[in-house]
Amino acid sequence: MFISLENAPPSFKGFTLIMPAVSVGNVGQLATDLLISSLGMPRVGYLHTDCLIPMAGNNPYAVSGESAAELSTNAEVYCLSDVRLTVLQIRAPVIQTKSRKFRKLVLSWIKACGFDKTIVLSSSHAYQRDDHQLLGTPLRYLLSPALEQEAGAPLKELEYKEMERVSAFPGIDGSEERLYIPGGGFTKGLYTDSCSEGVRMAVLLIFCSEGDNIPDAFALLNCLNDWLHLAGKPSEASSQWKVPVSWRLLFGSGIPPAIF
Amino acid sequence: MATFFGEVLSVYSRAVEEDEEDLSCENEEDERIRSDMEQKRSVQVEWCPQVQDSLDAASDKTLQCSQFIIAVGHNATGFLSAYILSSRRWDSVGSVSLWNERSGSGSHRSDVAFQEQPSCVFYRQKDSSSVLICQCTCYIAEDQLFQWVEKVFGCVQKRGLSVTVLSDCPLSEFRCSKSLYSSTPFLRALKSSAYKTQLLCPLLEQPNIVTGLPAAVLSYCQVQQIPAVLYQCFSDITVPDSVTMETYKPALSSLSTIIKLDPCPNADILKRLLKGSETQSNMYT
Repeated sequence: MFISLENAPPSFKGFTLIMPAVSVGNVGQLATDLLISSLGMPRVGYLHTDCLIPMAGNNPYAVSGESAAELSTNAEVYCLSDVRLTVLQIRAPVIQTKSRKFRKLVLSWIKACGFDKTIVLSSSHAYQRDDHQLLGTPLRYLLSPALEQEAGAPLKELEYKEMERVSAFPGIDGSEERLYIPGGGFTKGLYTDSCSEGVRMAVLLIFCSEGDNIPDAFALLNCLNDWLHLAGKPSEASSQWKVPVSWRLLFGSGIPPAIF
Repeated sequence: MATFFGEVLSVYSRAVEEDEEDLSCENEEDERIRSDMEQKRSVQVEWCPQVQDSLDAASDKTLQCSQFIIAVGHNATGFLSAYILSSRRWDSVGSVSLWNERSGSGSHRSDVAFQEQPSCVFYRQKDSSSVLICQCTCYIAEDQLFQWVEKVFGCVQKRGLSVTVLSDCPLSEFRCSKSLYSSTPFLRALKSSAYKTQLLCPLLEQPNIVTGLPAAVLSYCQVQQIPAVLYQCFSDITVPDSVTMETYKPALSSLSTIIKLDPCPNADILKRLLKGSETQSNMYT
């Protein structure tokens, strides 16, 4: 359920929505963090739902002491009206038994808001790439039929690859081919739902392994920026991305002096 | 996960499974088991007859209260028991009952002393109903947290309400660039946007977050615009101890006009709370 920060709920009609999938290495979530912090997007509301594990913390994008004292929750909505951009950030895993309910909730919210298009940032296990997928870039895209016509050509022009369908029974010629996104969380479910319900959706995903996934997040966001030009010219964008304060100490606390 | 040495660790992997294949093809029996399970895991709030009557009588079916204090964990609840609830002016007025995979096992050794008590209990002052205290020592599963908060706060009137949460946290979960072992135990605060009172300790620094019941309560208060504050105590002692309990003292000082804090903890209660951990740590007693 979307809860607006202001009394009058903002209108997202015709806006572009960018949201992460909770997937391997949290790449989508990291890329979303980078985007919100780089564009300095203000928060406009929350997605308050029982489908996500509760978490709370102080402002992850704080730039000064004052802005630090702002409580943030597990799913928040940020918006820049002048560039018609809305971002949904998800900061907690989806409760396993409620995954389908969550997908339905997000999709019905997308439809109710009247977003022009939705872009899901996601990732998939690198070790599950098959022989065809191993060659070239680790970045892939998927477009729902409703968006295919408009976005298909520009993405091809950028020489991005569409996510390959893989054989359901590898090694058997002519066997059924299916979409397979291991480690992608609700990516595949949300994408197939949007296809069947005529929602304009694109999925951008990267093959990655768990570990320090910050470079993957930069790569995914640069790919998004090449397409949508969210932050300046594509060539100079990567130096403009601003790493949020919440990325500190990714590998744990400092070393206790007592061990020496 | 059990390791080579037999200790049990809770391990989090950031590898996410792909969603299970469509569930629509599952049969009736699966569906029934699923709904039975959901029923079994539901959270129930029970009130004593007197409070239930006043709840029923109220037009919006809620209790009026100005301060709602929730203590989560053995040290936080121990602090309230020893410093506040010991004064005999408090009545237990209700409880929350829930079941999950960790209920009733009592396998964790610090649970020994607490086994007989119900796990989430509400207290109210005998002569005034403006303060409601909730003591919570049980494990609440991730899928039950949202429900817990919705049901409990569904019984409390939101107008004029202010919420204080006290909670325990192991020091190992606190991330900081320099070592803090010399200054433990210490408090950190997190507040909702509607909370305007001066904080009595530093804010929780980035990149630290809180999870569990404190996070669920704060998130609820944030979206409902209820003033709420969390005081989280980080301690390097894994069992209940009196020094950690004392750390919470400043957290309630802003409420000193309505809640009387005993200057000294009640020795009997403290002894009972700490007994469980003491006997466990010495093989000769």
